[in-house]
This record gives sequence, structure tokens and C-alpha cells, in this order.
Amino acid sequence: MKIYDGKYILIGLLVFGVLATFPIWLDHGKVIAPADPSLNTPVIDAMMQKHCILPKAQMITEHMKLLNVWRTEVVRDGKRLYVAPDGRKYEMSLETECFRCHSNKAQFCDRCHNFAGLDKATDPYCFSCHVVPSEKKPGAGAVAVVPKEGK
Amino acid sequence: MLERALSGSATYKKLVGVLMILMGLGFAAYLTQWEHGLMITGMGRDVSWGLYISQFTFLVGVAASAVMVVLPYYIHDVKVFGRITVLGEFLAIASVIMCMLFIMADLGKPMRVLNVMLYPTPNSILFWDMTVLTGYLLLNVFIGWNVLEAERKGTHYPKWVKPLIYISIPWAVSIHTVTAFLICGLPGREFWLTAIMAARFLASAFCSGPALLILLSLIVKKYTKFDPGKEAINKLLTVVTYAMLISVFFVILEIFTAFYSNIPSHMETLKYMFVGVDGKTALVPFMWMFVILAVAGVALLLHPNIRKNEKILIAACCCVFFSMYLDKGVGLIIGGFIPNMFGQIHQYAPTIPELMITIGIWSTGFFILTILYKIAVSVKEEVQG
Amino acid sequence: METSRRDFLKIGGLCALGLSSLEVGDAIAKSRAAKYLTNPDACTAKRWAMVIDVKKCWQAEKEECKDCILACDWAHNVPDIPVKRQEVKWLWNEKYENAFPDQDPALEPEEVKEKPFLVLCNHCTHAPCVRVCPTQATFKSADGITMMDMHRCIGCRYCMAACPYGARSFNWRDPRPYIKKINPAYPTRDRGVVEKCDFCVERLQNGKIPACVEACKQKALIFGDLDDPKSDVRKALDSRYSIRRKPELGTMPAVYYLI
Repeated sequence: MKIYDGKYILIGLLVFGVLATFPIWLDHGKVIAPADPSLNTPVIDAMMQKHCILPKAQMITEHMKLLNVWRTEVVRDGKRLYVAPDGRKYEMSLETECFRCHSNKAQFCDRCHNFAGLDKATDPYCFSCHVVPSEKKPGAGAVAVVPKEGK
Repeated sequence: MLERALSGSATYKKLVGVLMILMGLGFAAYLTQWEHGLMITGMGRDVSWGLYISQFTFLVGVAASAVMVVLPYYIHDVKVFGRITVLGEFLAIASVIMCMLFIMADLGKPMRVLNVMLYPTPNSILFWDMTVLTGYLLLNVFIGWNVLEAERKGTHYPKWVKPLIYISIPWAVSIHTVTAFLICGLPGREFWLTAIMAARFLASAFCSGPALLILLSLIVKKYTKFDPGKEAINKLLTVVTYAMLISVFFVILEIFTAFYSNIPSHMETLKYMFVGVDGKTALVPFMWMFVILAVAGVALLLHPNIRKNEKILIAACCCVFFSMYLDKGVGLIIGGFIPNMFGQIHQYAPTIPELMITIGIWSTGFFILTILYKIAVSVKEEVQG
Repeated sequence: METSRRDFLKIGGLCALGLSSLEVGDAIAKSRAAKYLTNPDACTAKRWAMVIDVKKCWQAEKEECKDCILACDWAHNVPDIPVKRQEVKWLWNEKYENAFPDQDPALEPEEVKEKPFLVLCNHCTHAPCVRVCPTQATFKSADGITMMDMHRCIGCRYCMAACPYGARSFNWRDPRPYIKKINPAYPTRDRGVVEKCDFCVERLQNGKIPACVEACKQKALIFGDLDDPKSDVRKALDSRYSIRRKPELGTMPAVYYLI
């Protein structure tokens, strides 16, 4: 069988193959430290029975989907209260709910996101608008305190 | 057929090279915009659309004007248009792509543009504009390409192309009508709030588009062995003449209605555009240039020797094209925002990066046009032998 | 059957297109037994509206009172952009001739001509901005508020062209550096989206009245349900003559000015 322009086709295929497998060989052999996110914040440490909104495994894989649903419910439908399958109630808000426990974005959110290669400043871009707790300036604290107990 | 674009004369290569450099500069400017946002433009809370959207508006007209060769050729069997129809269709392709690029350049969040399809909103004219523009692009790509390919093979184009051609005719009218609807249905923008906006758009499109097509045909004739034909150009010239007269007439209608009614909100923008308000006169030179070119264009178009003398023809087409550009591509959109909703005059001037992006997109359009014309002309030269 | 390279490419392209359009299964947490409720403490109404008692406002203005504006700016992290044409504004002052340009101001009392009028989004019943938005990023809520979905906005600024009240602001630049003190309870905005007053919907839904109304010591801002004849806004409108901005456009603004 004769391949017309075989030279070019084979070179092209080779280039394509290299580019397509780029992510694999780029990181090959590199030792990457485990993400090791920290769950230790004062609020979580004080919890008798540690639990998140959904079971841990589900939170790890689906938190972004949950947040997206929360977003839609709050912004578009005016629903602010989430009743989890286990009956616990939460306010659907990054600032007043998620950050209430996970007040350590750098050790919690970022470690996993960086590990997953999402460390670009814009990806995930939740925090270009939503204010993370560490950015609370000392003077602003008085107004920032949002009394929040499960309703 | 694409490979025909890869080889060509030194002039062709030079042209492509220059266009690519301009595209590169435009892209570099766009990277600045990507980095810093639309703050690098001259737009603001009062004039919230600027050069990008006004270029878009003008170019939709150029795209729609392809119908002025398609309709006579396919419906009325005007055979002389047979040679340049594909040039009209390819001009439409390049224009629609420019339109889309201008919209993308204008978006604050271009990465979210697919939201328009994800959340289709029939009450928004912008949704319809996106729909009809995309459709028009596809129609012209399919029609132009298949007809040209058939010509190359010396056969008739496939049967299924015919219905597409018929659809493309009202579709061309729709793209410019919808673009006029974008701005003519907004309460509080009295300058735009006119029932003849769509008609005015179509009239100015049908003179500026074919005028450009004549100029392009002459360029093609000069630099290649392909001659679009004197007769076709003469026929197009008739279209340009009537459309230009109607366009000028429409502008006069607008001015009469505004000033005879003496309603301030209808007069203010026109006053700002033609004489300036409170010493603010940024648009005045452009608008008077428009008037001069339009008058000159009409005079030249009506000149008895225009069909014999190519110089008069070129001058007339240039006058028509640039006068309509100043009217629609500069004055109309920007003027609509002045005065603002508080009755204040806040002027607009594009910034250097904004101009560079604009030139970059125009170059991209001309680049696509050059490539497509190169292919078309090569095929035609081949067929002619 | 002979397959030409061209046909092969065509079929391949079509297959790729088909594959890419396959719907990706999406097991969203929503399908579980979770429930989404409104806050039981929320303030509710059929049609939210605001009445601005201009006279009362001017009494405070003697001391150049800006309490409502400051409260609003703080509550929503409204930036203070130095470039005038790129300003972001939710609630601000305009002169009579600018707030009501088609009243053809001429011989009104000096006070009217000189004193400020608060302007904000009018939360129109027939909002042109909502009509033109290609993504429903701006939409009407059931209680009459013209809402903004900052996550969905593509930044086309069609709403700004459509709004007859100049109430909308685009984020021409990243606003964060221009917020003197960030309120951590409320998000800032991303560059490239449009924003405006939303009648403090986040406060209403949690049982609080709008920040500007709460901040006004003169009680010049009255907020309530326009559809409820016993509400404060209706009482105010019953008792005094009021005007709205550009009513002739048929937008039916929900912000009234008591003269």
C-alpha cells in the first residue's frame, strides 16, 4: 500500500501524538506531594460529631455541583434554606455557611485545587468575587460577624 | 480547493503578509484587553457601546448586501451576475465573521458567550441576531463553496443547494432587519426609536455593500486574469444608485421628523452630531464628512459618463462606501448614546488599543476575503482556461 | 466500496460532532432528598416599591447627609472608581434636571432645581433591560424586583443601552482594588459583568429591610408592598402627590418621588 504524502502524514501524526500525550509525559516521574487538605479550624475542632453538609465522599466529588445548585436556588429562585437529606438545615451561602467552618481557604480549598492543577488565579474563580475569610480586615470584623445557627 | 490559497503571485503574498501583521497587532491589543478588561477602551457608563458595535452594525449590512447579486442571479436569471455571485457570497462570509469577532471583542465575559444558546431567550433581539448571523454564515459557506466546486468540475451544483439559495434571500434581509431591531425598540433612546430604522439599514446596506463589491471586482480584474464583466458592474451600479438615493432620502426623513415636530429628545442627538452641543463637537467633522461624501457620491453616480469612465466609477463607489460607513459605522450607534439618559453630553473617543483591535478585526475579514477570492479567482481562471 | 479521502474526512468530522454533542450524564446532588426552602423570616410582598420623600431627604441634606448611599455602598461592596466614565453606582444623587430631563425644567422653585434627587434602579414592571437580556441574566423576581445574575451575565451591555434611567453599571475593570473596606458578608463583582441596585434582595430574603431605608434617619425612604393598600408606601402615595421618572415610556417604575 502506498501512502500519498506519507512523509508529511507520519510527521503530522507523530506531532499530534506528542501533543495529545503532553500531560502524561510532562509530569512523568515527578513526585507530587499529596494534597493533604487541613480540616482543622476552631469551629470544626469544637464539633462533637464532625459532619459536613453531605457525606464526606460526596462533598469531595460533588461540592462544585452542590454549590452550583445552591447558586441557582438562591440567585434565581430566592430560596435561601437548604435542608440536607439528613434533615439538617443550612443557609445556602459561601460566606455565612461554608466559611463558617472552613475558615482556612489556603489550607482547605487551595491545597486540593492546586493538587488538581486548578491553581491558576481564575480557576475556580469563585473567590474573585466571594470574599474569603482571610481577607477580612481587622476593622471590618464588627460588621462581618453574622450570627448563624441552624434555624 | 483550499490549496489554491497557498500559492500565488508576489503581490498576493505581500498582501497576505501585511494583513497577517495587522491581525497580529490587533491580537496583541486584544491580549491587553483580555488582561485588563474593557477599561482599556473609551467606552463608559454613558456611551456603553462604541466602535466595536458600530463596526458590527455596519458590517451586517455589507454581509446582507450579497443578496443584491444572489437575488437577481438565481431568481430573475440575470446571467451577467453569474460570474460575480460567488464574490458576493464570499464577501458575505468575511463580513459575518467580522461581525462575530466584533461582538466577541465587545463582550465583558467572552468565555460565557455560549450562555446565549444555553439559555435561549426569544424575547431578546440579541438572541435572534446571533441565530440569524450564524445561520447566514452557514448558508453562504455551503452555497458559495458548492457552487464554486461545481463550476470547477464543470457540472451543475447539487440539487439540495437550490433550496438553501432561496432561503438565503429572505435570510439576508432578516439579518439586517434584526440588527435594526436591536436598537430601534429601546424606550428612551429617541434617536434610534424610528420605524424606518430597518428600512434605512437595508437601503444603506444595499448601496455600501455593492459599492464595495464593485471596487473589489475592479481590483480582481486588475490583478488577475478573471474579469467579472463590465455588464455585471453596470447592473450593480444601478443597484448602488437607487439604494444610495433612498438612503439619503431616509436620512432627510429622519431630520425632518425630528425638527418639524420640534420634540427635544428627537432633535438633541442630531444637533450634537451635526453642530455640537455646549461646545462638545467630537462627531461633527465625521458627520459633515458624511454629508460631503454622500452629496459627492450622489453627484458622481448620476454623472452621465460613469459607465464609460472607470475613474468616476471608482470615485463614486468610494464616496458611497465611506459616506455610509461614517453614517452607520460611526455616527449612528455612538450618537444614540449622546445625550445620555440624564440629558447630559458625555462624549466618546476610542482608545489606541480599541482602534488596534478594530483594525485587527477588519484585517482578519480582509484576510479571509483575500483567501476566499484567491480560491474563487483561481477556479475561474482555470475554467476560463 | 471506494471511500475517498474527502468522504472519509467528512464522515469523521460528522462522527466527532455527534460524539461531542452526546449529553454528559449529570448526577447533581439536587436529585437526592434535599429540599430548598425560602427563609421563614423573609420579608414578602407582591410588588416591592420605594417612595422617596424628597422634602424629608432635603432636610437632612443640609448637613450633606449621605447615609443611605454610604450604607448601600458598604452593604454591596460598591467600588469607588476614580475614572468618571467607568464609575459603578447603585444609589446616587442627581439634579432635578438630570433625574427628570423631560420635565423641561424652567421655572421650578430654586430648591427643586438645586437640591439632589436620589436615583436608583426603578425596578420597572415592564423592564426594558429584562426584555433585551439575551441570557436572562437580568430577570424579574416574583415580587417585582429586577434581579441580576452575575454568574450568568456575558457582559454584552445590551441592558445598559435599554435602560432609560442610566441605572446600570458595567465593571469595566476589576473593582476589588477600589473598594476601601470590603464587606466580607457580600461578594464583590468580577470584571466584565453589569450590576445595579437589587432592592437588597439578600436582606429581604433574610427578613431585613433594604440597607438604604434602614440607614435613613429622616425616614425619607419608605419601602413596602405596592399591592397592599395598607402598606406604608401606599399610605404615603395616598397622602401626597408623587412623580416617577419617565412614566411616558410605559416601563412602570416602582420608585416614586413625593414632592
